[in-house]
Amino acid sequence: MPNCSNGCLSPMLHTSLNLRRLGLIAFSALALLQTPAHAELTIEITGAGANRIPLAIADFAGDPGSSRAVTAIVRGDLERSGLFKLIDPSGIAMTEATSPAYGDWKNRGADALAAGSVGPSGDGRQEARFRLYDINKQSALAGAAFVASTPMLRIAGHRIADAIYEKLIGEPGIFSTRIAYVVKSGANRYELHIADADGQNAQAALKSREPIISPTWSPDGTRLAYVSFENKKPVIYVHSLASGQRIVVANFKGSNSAPAWSPDGRKLAVVLSKEGGSQIFTVNADGSGVQRLTTSTGINTEPFYSPDGQSIYFTSDRGGSPQIYRTSVGGGDAQRVTFEGSYNVSPRVSPDGKTLAFISRREGGFRLAAMDIASRQVQILTDSSKDESPSFAPNSRMILIATEIGGRGVLSAVSTDGRIKQRLSISAGDVREPAWGPFTK
Amino acid sequence: MKQLIIPALLALLIVGCSSTPNAPEQGGAPVEGRGAGVATVTAGGANGSNLPAILTDPKSILSKRSVYFDYDKYDVKSEYTELVTAHAKFLAGNRQFKMLVQGNTDDRGSREYNLALGQKRADAIKKMLTMLGAREEQVESVSLGEEKPKNEGANEAAWAQNRRGDMLYNGEF
Repeated sequence: MPNCSNGCLSPMLHTSLNLRRLGLIAFSALALLQTPAHAELTIEITGAGANRIPLAIADFAGDPGSSRAVTAIVRGDLERSGLFKLIDPSGIAMTEATSPAYGDWKNRGADALAAGSVGPSGDGRQEARFRLYDINKQSALAGAAFVASTPMLRIAGHRIADAIYEKLIGEPGIFSTRIAYVVKSGANRYELHIADADGQNAQAALKSREPIISPTWSPDGTRLAYVSFENKKPVIYVHSLASGQRIVVANFKGSNSAPAWSPDGRKLAVVLSKEGGSQIFTVNADGSGVQRLTTSTGINTEPFYSPDGQSIYFTSDRGGSPQIYRTSVGGGDAQRVTFEGSYNVSPRVSPDGKTLAFISRREGGFRLAAMDIASRQVQILTDSSKDESPSFAPNSRMILIATEIGGRGVLSAVSTDGRIKQRLSISAGDVREPAWGPFTK
Repeated sequence: MKQLIIPALLALLIVGCSSTPNAPEQGGAPVEGRGAGVATVTAGGANGSNLPAILTDPKSILSKRSVYFDYDKYDVKSEYTELVTAHAKFLAGNRQFKMLVQGNTDDRGSREYNLALGQKRADAIKKMLTMLGAREEQVESVSLGEEKPKNEGANEAAWAQNRRGDMLYNGEF
């Protein structure tokens, strides 16, 4: 969603927020509008933020099935973010067209209220509408309507949650974004799945008998680059999601791996062993124009572009142990970035350029770490033992990782400050290699 | 006021809040224009193999294809010299044959970093093969990293089986 600071009714909510104790919320799968084709992910919150905004979401009015589903999606999205405390709205029937009884909502403890309805849009589709109110100021904060066919109504629910989130938190919501991940079920069954950010609506983009690793979204969200072993060696593909069309971007002699998109979507940084060792190259997204970037002996891998496109972070063992380095896209000397510990890998820079997420081996466990790039301060965000493959949400607030619980691969989303943790698991198979997609229009 | 809100006022609010322009009578912003559809692709197929008996007969040293490595080590141990030499001689005497050397690691740590470590193991085997008579263009060294473990266990015995390089002839890959 674009910034609404001029066109909308009032700036973000800065009303008095009660300090609430950190709560433990268990959350199960949402009611679905669509029959799932695959086993769905379920999301469970294992920690929540300390300052949660008390928010009431009245039951949406309209056709009972559709309105109940949209209400559940809006509530589920906002609750799982860990930033809101949902206030019980029972007993009050209203829509976006009803003037709120501000005093009643204040008595219930709400600082903000959303209400809405779902109805026919006139062209055979459905329209989901909402308004958001500031209870203390007794004024409307925002409102919008979204049109969707009935099976896609859940996306309208995510759009409403995004709009509420943006108005109250002051940064864009990520509920209508998508995630990609790999499911391994059985010895030789690998599937690359695309799902909504809440884990629902999963669809397989690729099914293979050989491993698939390192999926990464193009900046426009239409394509994924990944490494597939379907030819008994690692080869890099770019896969257009809507058509299923695939382009081989790098299939040189030796290994081809670790693709990373440049922020303008024109190039990929890749790792090739064709000239000996594992070296970082850049290549155009159609596979042309291969140029070598690193020249040191030993391993250079896991390239990742800074958001300004000017630097590439990567992992190298040039100093004796795997550490993270940064170099200019034009080449030249690399600066070492990580110094604590003997194993720091998988660098990913947040879209706002402020945080470097990586995996650090600490006390024998592989843990998600976050470095404040300006101060170089490092914080270990988990106490798990097998974290892998971090991926930032497009609003920079959450980091999606693969980890292991009870010997099974699961996905976990951790807030950049480590306070909010969500676990995603799938009923069958190992889930791994997550990649959070960009904002969608 | 109440009757006006739907849809006219909401349409105004959308125009104020959204970068997507909408015809006023349309009301809400469509949400399906984001390419939500995903087409499913099925990848790959199996290859058959039809190799001479000398490469497959269990009594022939050439039927042995695996070189095991120590933890965090990438050099071919002396106990595998005889095996690698035999394959190098076979390749030297049979120039029409090609070989794919696949390096492997255990599953601790980053998948991509392990892919690079497996490449070091495959490269070490390839280097020895070419020094002993195989031609550079006969041998391709690649890595499977931690992706194709021989033993899925999470203990030292399993990890030792996974720190491995495998030599495959054309028809086997």
